[in-house]
Amino acid sequence: MAGTSTGHETDTVTAARSDARAQSGRVADAMPYLPASGTPFAPPGVDTDLLVWAETVAAGGYTHKVLARGSRIRLEDVTGEACAHVLLYNALEPWERLNVADTMKIPWQAYPGTGHPLLSGDGRVLATIVADDSGRHDALCGTSTAAAARAKYGDPAPQGPSPSGRELFVLAAAKHGLTPRDLPPSISFFKGVRVRGDGGLEFTGSAGPARAVELVAELPLIMLIANVPHPIDPRPGYVSGLLRVHAWRSAPTGPGDPYWDAAPETHRAYLNTTDYAGARGL
Amino acid sequence: MTATVPVAVTDAAGRRPSCPADLAVVLSPASYAGGTVLDLSGPLTAGEIVLDEVVPARAPWSAVVRAGQVLTIVDVGGNQSGDCLLYSAADTGERYSVPDTISWSGTAYVRTGTVLRSNYGNALATVVANEIDRQDTIGGACGKESNTLRYGHHTMAEHGCRENFLAEAARHGMGARDIVSNLNWFMNVPVEADGTLGIVDGISGPGKRVAFRADMDILVLVSNCPQVNNPCNGFNPTPLRMIVTAAAETAPEKARKTAQGTEPRA
Ligand SMILES: [Zn+2]
Repeated sequence: MAGTSTGHETDTVTAARSDARAQSGRVADAMPYLPASGTPFAPPGVDTDLLVWAETVAAGGYTHKVLARGSRIRLEDVTGEACAHVLLYNALEPWERLNVADTMKIPWQAYPGTGHPLLSGDGRVLATIVADDSGRHDALCGTSTAAAARAKYGDPAPQGPSPSGRELFVLAAAKHGLTPRDLPPSISFFKGVRVRGDGGLEFTGSAGPARAVELVAELPLIMLIANVPHPIDPRPGYVSGLLRVHAWRSAPTGPGDPYWDAAPETHRAYLNTTDYAGARGL
Repeated sequence: MTATVPVAVTDAAGRRPSCPADLAVVLSPASYAGGTVLDLSGPLTAGEIVLDEVVPARAPWSAVVRAGQVLTIVDVGGNQSGDCLLYSAADTGERYSVPDTISWSGTAYVRTGTVLRSNYGNALATVVANEIDRQDTIGGACGKESNTLRYGHHTMAEHGCRENFLAEAARHGMGARDIVSNLNWFMNVPVEADGTLGIVDGISGPGKRVAFRADMDILVLVSNCPQVNNPCNGFNPTPLRMIVTAAAETAPEKARKTAQGTEPRA
């Protein structure tokens, strides 16, 4: 029955095994590339032997990874319609996690860009934005809830056509033993928001296709990414696009690096971070 | 130090709030910087008072506010930041969410009418009255560790709001992962055109108030901010007064009681 209607011969275990194995080697628009060094989309100028993560994330999809201190992570908005909602945790003590208020308040700057530290609530830098040719990012609006996605698109479920960011974060977090209580406000890349003088929000949208942002992991990180529309994107449809992720072995920010002592607040944040890493033997 | 002149421990209506410390000391101007004016004010909404407490300077506070009840927070000494988190009393996994409040309201500032939303997008509470131009929800909380970034490692011994939140959360079975970005009643954090933001001189004053109605049963955590390195408390931490008033009777309830004869007809 199944064989005639689906094109699969699976009426015995041997046939089912052959059928499953015949699927090897296929390619999809959204998939991880293993080993990472074999990525078909290697970032320019990067020694592919150093790659530790290579993946294309579906529109409305999610991904997650544990990364060493010193990893450099590149997120690329392939079509101009991706929006990468990101949560970061200290992989060693995951109750230390991204704090968007400190991330805006301590550098005295609401709009993330090159050189901006992504801070935890514990006075340390989880990651630094070290490259950015988009400039359209947001730390104010978080990601979409099921309630918001239901009101706007109809179906917020992860298996449906318009997943909410929070539903995807719940799944990504669970794969690292984290629960919905472990989901603080997130930051997003590739869709901009500005605050007008009266406090009103202005959606500035995308900078276009093939824009990238790069982060350096300043601590061992659990990184969760949900690729869903920005919560105040005014377009009525569920507009999303492929997100490409690469990471490679590099070095954390240290003395002599341009961001190490660029500002007194972030300088002390790097001091706290290297103090923690040193005491832990990292 | 002990006040040498009698200190009023009642408000203009003759009500005396409870307090975990000696109210005469807590309400004595001599306990604060020179020139401090203290005004207990009163509730912003009518209705039976079901809770009335003064939170001493630098202390944490929490209470459950039932659906329909209104919490008035009085800035007794003026420009005193009241860092605040809200949780569903039935499931503390549902808690105040800065981004959901901002995204749904379309504005970065909190004013009368702002719905304070949870991480599920639900209404936890609604601001029903506000006596200053705008309230803050993007400035976050101070803390021992973040103080080292903002002012230097010499501030490490000082107490912070994050410590107040952790202490009060622990009383309710919660920990560090339950502390998220918060509201700051009476704190002033403008965002300039280029994204520059920061805590500047306050726009509140002694006796100024804000009030919000619980839209479900909520657990309210407050840190009476101990910060002395920036203008969020005018460099002079002072008390807050917390007044919970009973839910106003809704028109259908009144009609039902009238029909049942349990309430005299108007
Ligand atoms: Zn504080």
